[in-house]
Amino acid sequence: MTEGLRARLRLDRGAFRLDVDLDLPQRGISALFGHSGSGKTTILRAIAGLERAPGGYVALGGEVWQDDARGVFVPVHRRALGYVFQEASLFPHLSVRANLEFGRKRVPAHERRFDLAPVTELLGIVSLLERRPDGLSGGERQRVAIARALLASPRLLLMDEPLAALDLRRKLEILPYLERMHAELAIPIVYVSHAPDEVARLADHLVLLDDGKLVASGPLTETLARVDLPPSFADDAGVVLDTLLAGHEEDALSRLEFAGGALFVGRRREAIGTHLRCRIHARDVSLALAQPQGTSIVNRLPAVVTAVAATETPGHVLVQLRIGSSPLLARITARSRRELGIEPGLRLWAQIKGVALLN
Amino acid sequence: MTLDDADLAAVRLTLELATVVTLLLLAVGTPIAWWLARTRSRLRHAVGAVVALPLVLPPTVIGFYLLLVLGPNGPVGKLTEALGIGLLPFSFGGLVLASVCYSLPFVVQPLQNAFEAIGPRPLEVAATLRASPWDTFWSVVVPLARPGFLSGAVLGFAHTVGEFGVVLMIGGNIPDRTRVVSVQIYDHVEALEYAQAHWLAGGMLAFSFIVLLALYTVYPQAMKGRRR
Repeated sequence: MTEGLRARLRLDRGAFRLDVDLDLPQRGISALFGHSGSGKTTILRAIAGLERAPGGYVALGGEVWQDDARGVFVPVHRRALGYVFQEASLFPHLSVRANLEFGRKRVPAHERRFDLAPVTELLGIVSLLERRPDGLSGGERQRVAIARALLASPRLLLMDEPLAALDLRRKLEILPYLERMHAELAIPIVYVSHAPDEVARLADHLVLLDDGKLVASGPLTETLARVDLPPSFADDAGVVLDTLLAGHEEDALSRLEFAGGALFVGRRREAIGTHLRCRIHARDVSLALAQPQGTSIVNRLPAVVTAVAATETPGHVLVQLRIGSSPLLARITARSRRELGIEPGLRLWAQIKGVALLN
Repeated sequence: MTLDDADLAAVRLTLELATVVTLLLLAVGTPIAWWLARTRSRLRHAVGAVVALPLVLPPTVIGFYLLLVLGPNGPVGKLTEALGIGLLPFSFGGLVLASVCYSLPFVVQPLQNAFEAIGPRPLEVAATLRASPWDTFWSVVVPLARPGFLSGAVLGFAHTVGEFGVVLMIGGNIPDRTRVVSVQIYDHVEALEYAQAHWLAGGMLAFSFIVLLALYTVYPQAMKGRRR
């Protein structure tokens, strides 16, 4: 029996059909990613029980929340979940403290998993407790909403584009808190987003959705490195690598190690040993048959071709490579591919022009 | 000369009636308003229209049908007799029942508007925070719909105090039992006792004005604070 989240959901709403079978890991952040109208929010609402998907099945860690085949449907308020909506939706008639206590006091004392102090600390809202929701900024309100959801001691946290209603500054203000939650809380989070950067930065597991159907589901790094994704996802192709800040060089570069090699980037301020996540766009990777000499590009790594696929862009192909155990994607012209004879199994060198640090 | 004993009895009876009716209206009107605000049933238009009927019908029509239904040959009349309550027309109980029917839209409509203004989101949030529907109603809906309850109660009370036709049809004009202020004024005018009619009529006028003034003053502010 799986310990994570299982959800089989079908919905038919005229023009929109949802038909997905999800199996998400018990730990970390699973991102549901897709364009608007792909069914992300509907899935989240159906998992929570806010939306009824007839004939569906939802179970968390073996606890069945919905199994219409056996006539089981646990009402929303009996599911140990937390839900963060796109708008903070704080109760306007209650203070911040009373909003936070709302869910917490409805959970039996022995089932409570978080206390007010550490959660308000974690989300940086200690000083807001006695304020009214109307007086808070958008970012503050959303942090209170996240804390409120956590204090209801969920075994699963569902977040529906919690940053979408915020401007870039507020987004950047909240992201570090989400990363801390990720690092410090041992509950699975399902995170709906249509922003690639948010997903690349936060997710461990990626579910790609298109028009109510599941396109791909798997660990973030592996899923992003797939070359068989539909064009709408392939436009922005690239991989995400989890690296470790291993050292600082004398010439103001920092060395990031990952499974299979190392990258050099401009000097980082973080302490050595910090985990850093970086994104490498396929268009920033070029290929050479021999070890490149006389080039200004610092990051040159030996790689093996694992797959080649056509892309939406005419005249270009997507090449999937492996550096040690880490995947990499390169977008090159079909002509170069022909001239270099690039086929699966070929050993060559990848030159990486740009590395985007996500933290 | 000011108010005599009969006038005071009428005032007391009127306040008693309006208080009982207002409490009943809130008890009956809240579930109806909640249902009307939330349901997607096709019946909602029909139910809404029935609730609103007293707004357009002459009180005599409502009084007439209530007399038939509550009378010895009406279904409710037979039931009340079988239960040993006796017949409701020309009693305080009958007056209460008639007033509840007649003032229902004045309570249901503000409540329905207030419930609709809350929208589904706060209810969903409460459910994800472990609040049962009943719990949510008391901890979220009632506080957020407070302006609706306030104006519904005030309008229901004031409208009951101010009714005449239905009272006359159902209650008649029995001192201490069904003779309310509006009927007492009618009696004074019939008897050309204009001074006494003035005291009562002026009192009603002042009361109604103060109530509505209070409502219009408090209501928009209360609404402003609750919206978001």
